[in-house]
Amino acid sequence: MDAIILQILNGLDKGSAYALIALGLTLIFGTLGVVNFAHGALFMIGAFCAVTLNKLFSLSFETVDPTRTDFLGNPLKVKTPYLVDWFGPEVGASLIDWAVPLSILFSIPIMIGIGFAMERGLIKHFYKRPHADQILVTFGLAIVMQELIKHYYGANPIQTPAPDAFRGSLDFGVLLGFDPNVIIYPYWRLVYFAFAALIIGGVFAFLQFTTFGMVVRAGMADRETVGLLGINIDKRFTIMFGLAAAVAGLAGVMYAPINSPNYHMGMDFLVLSFVVVVVGGMGSLPGAVAAGFLLGVLESFASMNQIKSILPGIDQIIIYVVAIVILLTRPRGLMGRKGVMED
Amino acid sequence: MLGLNKKDSTLLLIVAAMVLLAPFILNPFPADSAMAQFNAGYPDLMQRFVIFGIFAIGFNILFGLTGYLSFGHAAFLGVGSYSAVWMFKLLSMNVIPAILLAVLVSGVFALVIGFVSLRRTGIYFSILTLAFAQMSFNLAYSVLTPITNGETGLQLTLDDPRILGVSATADGGIPVTSLFGMEMRSTFTLDAGAWLFQFNTGYYFCGAVLLLAFYLAIRIFRSPFGLMLRAIKSNRTRMNYTGLNTKPYALAAFVISGMYAGLAGGLMASMDPLAGAERMQWTASGEVVLMTILGGAGTLIGPVLGAGFIKYFENIFSKINEGVLHQWFSFLPDGVENGAVWVVEHFVGPGWHLTLGLLFMLVVTFLPGGLVEGGQRIAKLFRRKSTEPQDGATQSHPAE
Amino acid sequence: MTKNNLTRRGVLKTGAGVGASLAVPTLFTGAAWAGYMNEPMGSSVTLGFNVPQTGPYADEGADELRAYQLAVEHLNGEGDGGMLQTFSSKALEGNGILGKKVEYVTGDTQTKSDAARASAKSMIEKDGAIMITGGSSSGVAVAVQGLCQEAGVIFMAGLTHSNDTTGKDKKANGFRHFFNAYMSGAALAPVLAAQYGTDRKAYHLTADYTWGWTQEESIVAATEALGWETVNTVKTPLAQTDFSSYIAPVLNSGADVLILNHYGGNMVNSLTNAVQFGLREKMANGKNFEIVVPLFSRLMARGAGENIKGILGSTNWHWSLPDEGTKAFVKSFGTKYGFPPSQAAHTCYVQTLLYADAAQRAGSFNPCAIAEALEGYEFDGLGNGPTLYRAEDHQCFKDVLVVRGKENPTSEFDLLEVVEVTPRAQVEYAPDHPMFAGGALGTCNPGA
Repeated sequence: MDAIILQILNGLDKGSAYALIALGLTLIFGTLGVVNFAHGALFMIGAFCAVTLNKLFSLSFETVDPTRTDFLGNPLKVKTPYLVDWFGPEVGASLIDWAVPLSILFSIPIMIGIGFAMERGLIKHFYKRPHADQILVTFGLAIVMQELIKHYYGANPIQTPAPDAFRGSLDFGVLLGFDPNVIIYPYWRLVYFAFAALIIGGVFAFLQFTTFGMVVRAGMADRETVGLLGINIDKRFTIMFGLAAAVAGLAGVMYAPINSPNYHMGMDFLVLSFVVVVVGGMGSLPGAVAAGFLLGVLESFASMNQIKSILPGIDQIIIYVVAIVILLTRPRGLMGRKGVMED
Repeated sequence: MLGLNKKDSTLLLIVAAMVLLAPFILNPFPADSAMAQFNAGYPDLMQRFVIFGIFAIGFNILFGLTGYLSFGHAAFLGVGSYSAVWMFKLLSMNVIPAILLAVLVSGVFALVIGFVSLRRTGIYFSILTLAFAQMSFNLAYSVLTPITNGETGLQLTLDDPRILGVSATADGGIPVTSLFGMEMRSTFTLDAGAWLFQFNTGYYFCGAVLLLAFYLAIRIFRSPFGLMLRAIKSNRTRMNYTGLNTKPYALAAFVISGMYAGLAGGLMASMDPLAGAERMQWTASGEVVLMTILGGAGTLIGPVLGAGFIKYFENIFSKINEGVLHQWFSFLPDGVENGAVWVVEHFVGPGWHLTLGLLFMLVVTFLPGGLVEGGQRIAKLFRRKSTEPQDGATQSHPAE
Repeated sequence: MTKNNLTRRGVLKTGAGVGASLAVPTLFTGAAWAGYMNEPMGSSVTLGFNVPQTGPYADEGADELRAYQLAVEHLNGEGDGGMLQTFSSKALEGNGILGKKVEYVTGDTQTKSDAARASAKSMIEKDGAIMITGGSSSGVAVAVQGLCQEAGVIFMAGLTHSNDTTGKDKKANGFRHFFNAYMSGAALAPVLAAQYGTDRKAYHLTADYTWGWTQEESIVAATEALGWETVNTVKTPLAQTDFSSYIAPVLNSGADVLILNHYGGNMVNSLTNAVQFGLREKMANGKNFEIVVPLFSRLMARGAGENIKGILGSTNWHWSLPDEGTKAFVKSFGTKYGFPPSQAAHTCYVQTLLYADAAQRAGSFNPCAIAEALEGYEFDGLGNGPTLYRAEDHQCFKDVLVVRGKENPTSEFDLLEVVEVTPRAQVEYAPDHPMFAGGALGTCNPGA
């Protein structure tokens, strides 16, 4: 039982990452009809916003400590972060410690900016082009973004820790009446789940309760008619793109402490996020979120030893098996709308 | 000629001439010059051009004609390679049975996957093919290691139980692949002054297969069957309303294109008897999609050009290093030289991906019909008189 | 530059030549050998450095390339000579190899067997490379080694840790300086027993491909021999990035040691996840819960940050070793690039020197002459103490380092401290050891 509860928690946690990425992707898919292969790269850039802020906060000047030597036998240069020098060790160190949560604020304008620039500078010209051309151009863009990050940060993963306050784990089992130390779960992963729920709720509320959202939803349903009504769809599309980029970016920022970011993490998530979106059904935001959580939970269950001993290797392919089963039983995924990207 | 109209015959002849003369065309620079870095006329790369050309031609029969975008075509290439290597291990080092088995097995695979996947259309179809291919890749890498040799890839060993032929040669080596005694790897080198030209048996074998595959593709494009496939692309629903079941046609196209992929896989294994699981990964499937779109989907020659383009960058640009750059720019004053090297080195060597990504964006933005359209524009510049668009062979059809 | 054809007649002819020379065990002279693949005719000789330049191991590949460039400088008599001064063999004179200036070409393996073979082939066919070296994974090493055997050039493996490279996939033209999974187990087990006791229950998480399997097999055998019990061994998919669903079951499995048979990005993520789940603070069976990473890499350890502190593992070499060879290498590398070399850089540098020295001693670039010069060769002064290139499987035998993540690093490079230098005798094994059985070297192939 405890093992199952742990895997449900794991599944929800993984699922929230999948759901957030798929949400942004389906916003672009559903509203703009653009196959965005650069979406994984946006997620990656988000994670590197956290890395960048961490680095900025840790910018240091060097002082020579003659009592110690470095690897070449020269006097050791000791690095002191400027922040520590300016604000004193306590404030400075805690600022560095809180770099990841702070980079949420830092990343939003950056990601929206990147989203706007992408849409205005490139994607705009591809609305009327075949999907194949969209794939090629966004894939090219993803490679370019990746290479730029690789150039500045290298290919190795970069540790970006969560604040000290969130290190350690919550004894979840005690809350449910289990013995202590049976079901424990890391704080930061719980934070990630809560954060994802907040963002998903926020996006839905935005689309549901604002005029802007109403127009966008109308645009998703019938783009031509909305255009005929004299509404400037173009401007709204740009804003939607910025929003989608911000959602992907925030998913990345908060993911950085869970797994150290590296330049190709976007590609690792790209295929998966397409599977999630399609399993959820094209043009359906709730579908994408539901599919994200479903695949996350099933993936976690499949990695349990009891299941692997019956079906060896099932954890390697569970996502794809589920995708095939769902797409064959439900022609448009979980909640797909008719006629979206079906030809 | 051979049941082709004049334009198609010309195209086929041009391709034949290019295949035949590739060792010259691809080696324009003297071997000792600084520009020799850009020479691509060595056997391995020429083989790759041709093999990936076949792969892309086959993919285009499905995608270019019917509009079905398969994102799992690399699985057939991988299955073909594995079948071929197993044939070398168990039967004989002759490439013919290996290639035949590769085509057959991948055809069966394509039939099964196509039958299931073609129940859906559009993006749903793409994701189904992707799922099947990723499953094949993940299993081949891990659970199926007894058949695929996993991470390392399936290789020949000294104790293969080869029925027709020996396990090891007299001097203790592994026998090499051959076509009735003609070794695939034997190369004749022509030393023409400063130039070196290499003529490789394996390359010409692949080239012959490419011409055959290309000819077959032309016949399919021009046949009533091809017309039917195009009709599926332009409006499937309408076709269904006329009471025609389109699925068998689409399935036939899927299987044919899967067999092309298997043929490419079999040839790859014949040139270099190793089959690795990475051949089936989604990046490999994505690569053939990119090749086809980059070259010009729906055109006959486009996919071959796209394949050559990508393989050229992968193999040539990745090998340019700082030392080579310093050689090139050594004529400049010191400061300028270092500056030039610093700028250029971001785009070559470890940065070859960056160049490729930028070129993808540039080509698709400015040449909507892919490289073929680029060729057409250049051709137009030279022949300003005839502005009428050429039909069929070289005209680009947008993918969807 | 003239290239030779890979014709059957050529192979047979040379094959006969080899047989004849083997029958007469005298010193080699270049003239004793018939033509061979890519024989250098001009005033220079070309080596092929085939390293990952894109993909997850690109940084490791970049470090390997730095080491190769340094080695070429030293061979050509530029720079401070590095390990050439401490190397026990004094055959090399700093004027290239056999008087020919050393030149090199580079390529990108992408850590994929296909791409690595394509790149190696282009070096052999187009650039006339006489030797291929490099790589950062066992799959690539085995694939390229097979290619070099068929093409008739020498392969000097870079970083490859799987038992198979010199086990079931060994080749007469391939040589490995790096240590292997068996050695990791043999070196690590006694230290684990000393530090954590002999009554331990271990839980293995293993990357689900051949390298992971050989390492798991080796570590399980070594630790069980010392009385440890293996609770479970779980395979994790290659593409896994979040290991939470594999770590969580460890909590209540009854195990008190977690062994992570992962490398690179996988290692960083699984270790980070294990620490997130509080495994380091956990008590199990009345003991402190411990995590072990059998193959450590300093480059990758950086990605795991704080999490590696106090964790035991093994490495092939570390820059903080006190011997003269290490000091000389670290000095020339550090002066040129500003940071200390990684173990991958070290093994690549040493392999280049060993190749050059073998050619010099053999008096020929013929792969068969070089292979014979390397086989059974004893040397010292290259950082790992007295070392033997064993003739039976072309594996180097030398001391292995057991290291631990440092508690108070003085810099971003100072992440590991050496706990023990396990003497060579302790990590040796018979060539027909079951973990290495199943393959044969075959005979050396000089190509042409």
